[in-house]
Amino acid sequence: MTWQLFLTGLSAPQQLHIPDGFLSTPVSLVGWILAVVIIAYALRQTREQLGERQIPLLGVLAAFIFAAQAINFPVAGGTSGHLLGGALAAIVLGPWAAVLVMTAVIGLQALLFQDGGLLVMGWNIINMGILTAFTGYLVYMLFKRLLGVTQTSLLIAGALGAWLSVEIGAIATAIQLSLSGTSPLAIALPAMFGVHALIGIGEALITVSALALIGRTRPDLLRQGEQSGGTASAAWVTSGLVIALVVAVFSFAASGSPDGLERVAEDTGFIGTALDPFYNILPDYTIPFIGNETLSGIAAVVLGTLLVFGLALLIGRTVRAQSAKSHS
Amino acid sequence: MHIHLDDQYHVGSTFIHRLDPRTKVIIAVLFILTVSLTPFGAFVGYIALFALLMTITVLAHIDPTYVLKRSVVAFPFALAAVTLPFTVPGETLATLPIFGGLTISQEGTIRLISIVVKSWLSIQMAIILVTVTPFPAILWALRALRLPSPLIAIVSLMYRYLFVLFDEAMRLLRARSARSASADGSRSGGSLLWRGQVAGRMAGSLMLRSFERSERIYNAMLARGYQGQLLSVAHSHLRPQDFVVGGVAAASLLIILLLA
Repeated sequence: MTWQLFLTGLSAPQQLHIPDGFLSTPVSLVGWILAVVIIAYALRQTREQLGERQIPLLGVLAAFIFAAQAINFPVAGGTSGHLLGGALAAIVLGPWAAVLVMTAVIGLQALLFQDGGLLVMGWNIINMGILTAFTGYLVYMLFKRLLGVTQTSLLIAGALGAWLSVEIGAIATAIQLSLSGTSPLAIALPAMFGVHALIGIGEALITVSALALIGRTRPDLLRQGEQSGGTASAAWVTSGLVIALVVAVFSFAASGSPDGLERVAEDTGFIGTALDPFYNILPDYTIPFIGNETLSGIAAVVLGTLLVFGLALLIGRTVRAQSAKSHS
Repeated sequence: MHIHLDDQYHVGSTFIHRLDPRTKVIIAVLFILTVSLTPFGAFVGYIALFALLMTITVLAHIDPTYVLKRSVVAFPFALAAVTLPFTVPGETLATLPIFGGLTISQEGTIRLISIVVKSWLSIQMAIILVTVTPFPAILWALRALRLPSPLIAIVSLMYRYLFVLFDEAMRLLRARSARSASADGSRSGGSLLWRGQVAGRMAGSLMLRSFERSERIYNAMLARGYQGQLLSVAHSHLRPQDFVVGGVAAASLLIILLLA
């Protein structure tokens, strides 16, 4: 029974663990090169930050993330919410330490349990470790600055960071799958985005409640993470990665070979048939620049993300205004 | 309830077990790279690679059904590639009577099957590697192969405390089930928000315990003369058979790749 429980815990965040064979060799190797550069920088940063504590602290916390991924809660219909952990680790430890913790977790999962491949491990580390840690941390810091330091604003910032971190990891995975020719972007992107929009809610709930508990019992730990530094470099790396992925997608979409799905759409008219009701509801769906399926998919994702950002900002502002009123 | 995951390694004394861990890690990586480089639809190549895997399994006295059983882990991910038969343009195999005729192309089907087979071959090699090599020996090999030693030290410590912290997580889960009694047929527990909160507090308290444990571990390490580096006494030397086995493996992989 314990063995099965362990496997369930392991396979929980599985959608993002790409196995070998699903990414092409060049895509896999590019992932390794990027990951190696970032990990090397993270090692130097944390060495300065933690000194000789680096190894015991990060080793034990990596074991913690691994164990915490087994803590789940029933959501509905037999599915369960659980933790990926990148955002939580980054908020408590700082972004660069979190990169190493997540690298250790992903490396051990791949080596010992074959959860995620070896040749594609570079991308797995980037998707589930680097992007989640940086997104979680940067969004948390940004919203903390925007909303002020109150208990509520910290929790909103944490929830957003956690939710977006999962979402960015999922989007990146979809992009790599499409660049490898495994799944067309027009299918992989909405599928990954949709599934992980739900998974991200579990991530956000657990991350926020864990942060609230740590904030009440050991507030000193949270301050440590915030003062860990490396925010600027983390921001540079994240924007670099995001820009690189977007450029890759656009050059791919703009290249002569049409996306597989478009070809099917041309051949069979299936998109037209399938989407007819949508065209009727949204006659302006075919905006001149966004005629392309891939591009409209990207636009939908970007718009959705901005919308969530704006909504959260609005809620946060309102909450802050109210609490300011009640204090005065 | 105590968890041991060491049964990944099957004790043995075959000459595969006695190879230097570096040789085994390098062969495994070369094999997975070869699988990745083999073109789509090269089914003879896949069969040759599978034969190579089976040879190693037999030589190492591993039960082949064990490897096959464990290798299904990656199959759920095949969902990511399942649209290929419909999206890759090519010769039409069949037409499905949905969405006004959805065509299945031959090229797409071949690509889907190739991806699943390649993934399955790679994962079998990864399973064989941990079955014939103790995990600490793999970590030693990675360090000997010049991977950054602080990173390997972090993974070693993680491996050491994995079972301890996993046991703690299991105790938390058991405590939660003990206090959340539920009758058959009736819904138990609060709202989704409440359940998420309970799970989050469990994760938070586990994190605090891990922090405090890492402090105690650090102090204990200092008391034993720790100066920022883990030292290892494990030694292994490359022997002639390592070069022979490595050479034969590399040559057969190269031949498979060139012929495929």
